[in-house]
Amino acid sequence: MAEGIRDKVAIIGMGCTKFGELWNKSAEDLMVDAFQECLEDAGVEKKDIDAAWFGVHFEEESVGKGATSMSLALKLPFIPVTRTENFCATATEAFRGACYGVASGAYDVALALGVEKLKDTGYGGLPGGPGLMGTKSALIMPKLTAPGAFAMMATRYFSVYGLSPEEGKRMLAKVSAKSHYNGARNPKAHLRREITEDQILNAPIIAWPLGLFDCCGVSDGSAAAIITRADMAKDFRPDPINVKALQVALSPGEELMYTKWDGAHVETGYRAGVMAYEEAGIRNPREEISMAEVHDCFSITEAVTMEDLQFSPRGKVKEDIEAGRFNLDGEQPVQPDGGLKCFGHPIGASGLRMLYEMYKQLQGKAELPERQIKDPRLGLTHNMGGFPAMNIVSVAIIGL
Amino acid sequence: MVGIASYGAYIPRYRMNHNTIFSAVGFLGTFPPPGENAIASHDEDALSMAVAAGVDCLGSIERQTIGGLYLATTSQPYMVRQNSALVATALDLQPGIRTADFTGSTKSGTGALLAALDAARGATSGGVLVCASDCRLSKPGSPQEYLYGDGAAAILVGVDDLIATYEGSYSVSYDFPDRWRASGEKFEHAWEDRFIRDSGYGQFVAEAISGLLKRYNMSIDEVSKIVYPGLYAREHGTIAKRLGADPSQLQDTLLNTVGDTGAASPLMMLVAALEESRPGDRIMVAGFGNGSDALFFRVTDRIDGFAGRRAVRQHLSAKKELSSYEKYLAFRNLAPMDLGMRGEIGVRTPMSALFRDRKAVLALCGSRCRECGTPQYPYQRVCVNPDCGAIDRMEEYRFSDRHGVVFTYTGDHLAASVDPPSIYGLVDFDGGGRFWFDFADCDLDSVRVGMPVEMTFRRRYVDESSGVHGYSWKAMPLRA
Repeated sequence: MAEGIRDKVAIIGMGCTKFGELWNKSAEDLMVDAFQECLEDAGVEKKDIDAAWFGVHFEEESVGKGATSMSLALKLPFIPVTRTENFCATATEAFRGACYGVASGAYDVALALGVEKLKDTGYGGLPGGPGLMGTKSALIMPKLTAPGAFAMMATRYFSVYGLSPEEGKRMLAKVSAKSHYNGARNPKAHLRREITEDQILNAPIIAWPLGLFDCCGVSDGSAAAIITRADMAKDFRPDPINVKALQVALSPGEELMYTKWDGAHVETGYRAGVMAYEEAGIRNPREEISMAEVHDCFSITEAVTMEDLQFSPRGKVKEDIEAGRFNLDGEQPVQPDGGLKCFGHPIGASGLRMLYEMYKQLQGKAELPERQIKDPRLGLTHNMGGFPAMNIVSVAIIGL
Repeated sequence: MVGIASYGAYIPRYRMNHNTIFSAVGFLGTFPPPGENAIASHDEDALSMAVAAGVDCLGSIERQTIGGLYLATTSQPYMVRQNSALVATALDLQPGIRTADFTGSTKSGTGALLAALDAARGATSGGVLVCASDCRLSKPGSPQEYLYGDGAAAILVGVDDLIATYEGSYSVSYDFPDRWRASGEKFEHAWEDRFIRDSGYGQFVAEAISGLLKRYNMSIDEVSKIVYPGLYAREHGTIAKRLGADPSQLQDTLLNTVGDTGAASPLMMLVAALEESRPGDRIMVAGFGNGSDALFFRVTDRIDGFAGRRAVRQHLSAKKELSSYEKYLAFRNLAPMDLGMRGEIGVRTPMSALFRDRKAVLALCGSRCRECGTPQYPYQRVCVNPDCGAIDRMEEYRFSDRHGVVFTYTGDHLAASVDPPSIYGLVDFDGGGRFWFDFADCDLDSVRVGMPVEMTFRRRYVDESSGVHGYSWKAMPLRA
């Protein structure tokens, strides 16, 4: 039986840029900004870093292939830098690489940094199309977009649980309204305006049944973490944050090509959650996970993720949403920083941005008192990349 | 004995009333005849419609019994890359067959049929499927715009189980310059209508039909139905009069309901005639274009038990009006439309991958696990059933003629489309198998989870920079 990563490594420093449509910042600028904050927070110098992992998703639109854009931007002194790419879990994969590098004993101090410069594409939403999935898929799969792919999960959720489109959309509106409330209170967030449920319900449809405010921000940004061995961490700072679990699950194709999947949940999300809870020694995630940053690329994704991660029973997330369980002042706050919805979603940076929020909350260092969650013990981050029918989900748990 | 073993047809869902055209471009001075035209949707062309007619014609006939495919069209997407071979692949016909394109004249429909009958007579293997299809581009405001409609017909020619026997033919050929289109040109040119009518249409059809009657020593009274295109409504009747035929012998031209479907026209009318025919009926069919071919058939007793084809009649009744001329222009790429930057992203077709995966892409073939029986699309080497997982235990499995139900769907306003929203979803096939597809010929309001669907071969994209017309299968609401 494998031991897992629990309490073997700790985060000693993190940095995160403001996210948004940063017309005057290049990917390289963003990397330098996140790196600088991260170094200062960790109290280490560049020469202390033994190895680095670099996450970026859309390389052609921004920095190009490989990892040299990071070594060049940060002037890393001839150390190993590895690029990771795994759709929206790209940054978590960079973090995972750094953690495993340290846990293996190969390195003492490792850097994980993710960046995405989405706003050089010239249009709203994400670039790409069927070609993203390879040459064969480009010839046979529908010309879908991200909102469309996730809208199909909303259609399915409504159908499986007998919600009328009005009921379903109202439930999802509450998800987005909560994230806008949180984002409005976060200086680094991309979208900082509170929105009412009615505004959300009356917004133009992007992909039925999802409207404009069911979709997350498309943003530029970067985030970074410095990791060391858990037994060395207190030499760097008094309040390091331990890594409790790091898990990834990928679709084997049965959701898309076999007829068992119900389409109203993300199977990989459930599986990655189960593996992570086992690794972290968590028996009751609804009670034990203090807070979470999950992959709310669309409102429906957050809703089903609450069920996939066993925060809510299957088909019952509506009740928890209506009861305000996931609000900033609720029993189990989710997206305290605004989430992808309002903090924004530079793909290659998102996983580390989520960890940044959990890290700061665990340290009691959310910038404003009104944002600080009371005495959190464990924070969970969750990324989902690809489409509900074919994807990757990563789950990380960090804590004191 | 050779003859017709099966028939099928295809008429696209959209119809555009001539008044719609007139109110948009009537200022150019062309006066509209009454009626409407069948309009191929933005994802249809001569090849997709040929496949649809072929599917209708083949029904449950085993695809490996087909020995050849002849395609007749004047609006083929490819000048080089055999269009009939593409259609044959989409229909999942075997590679060991003859394929040929018949083109260059609207007479090519009857020409392909004649060639197929000749081939069947000396055949060593199987029937020959003749697909005639046209989706002709007409210049906005031109008389052709009122005249031309889109449609396709398919006739399976063979020696066994015939519903009509072939009795003979007579052809005339003239270099008649009524319409022409040089290589590389987008639109046809035409000479004066009165010239086409009086010196061509009015002469050649009658010449071919009377030539046939004379050759076989028959009289026009012995013919139950006379089938020839109706380019000019009044002249259509005059030709019959000249032949000594009664108007009741004339087959409806479909001119006011479908339009003139070019190479497909005489074959579509033949299919319509066969639909209404009884054992012993004698059907005379003639094409028009640079002369005329006349063919003569006798309907057999087998026509009584012949059913299960949508043919012309059922296609005629299933229609939706296209009331926006501007949308028609967008469908035909005749006016620049802003599809957003997403519409500008070109995907270069990897031809080697397309050929390798031709069965998956063009024929909608996947695999079925011989261990657990799970159908899966596209072809998998490792079984997708988590309780099986067998490796390399697959047999080929075709999904194109399977029905299914909508598992989930969306209407996507972000995806680039000339007909937004793009509707797509996941389909669960009857008998097993699931995949995602674009949806065709449906409106978002009418799509439901659990709605029955069937598959349809459509044009997926046109990549003008590399000259590639891409095709794949889509799902559409199951037709009644």
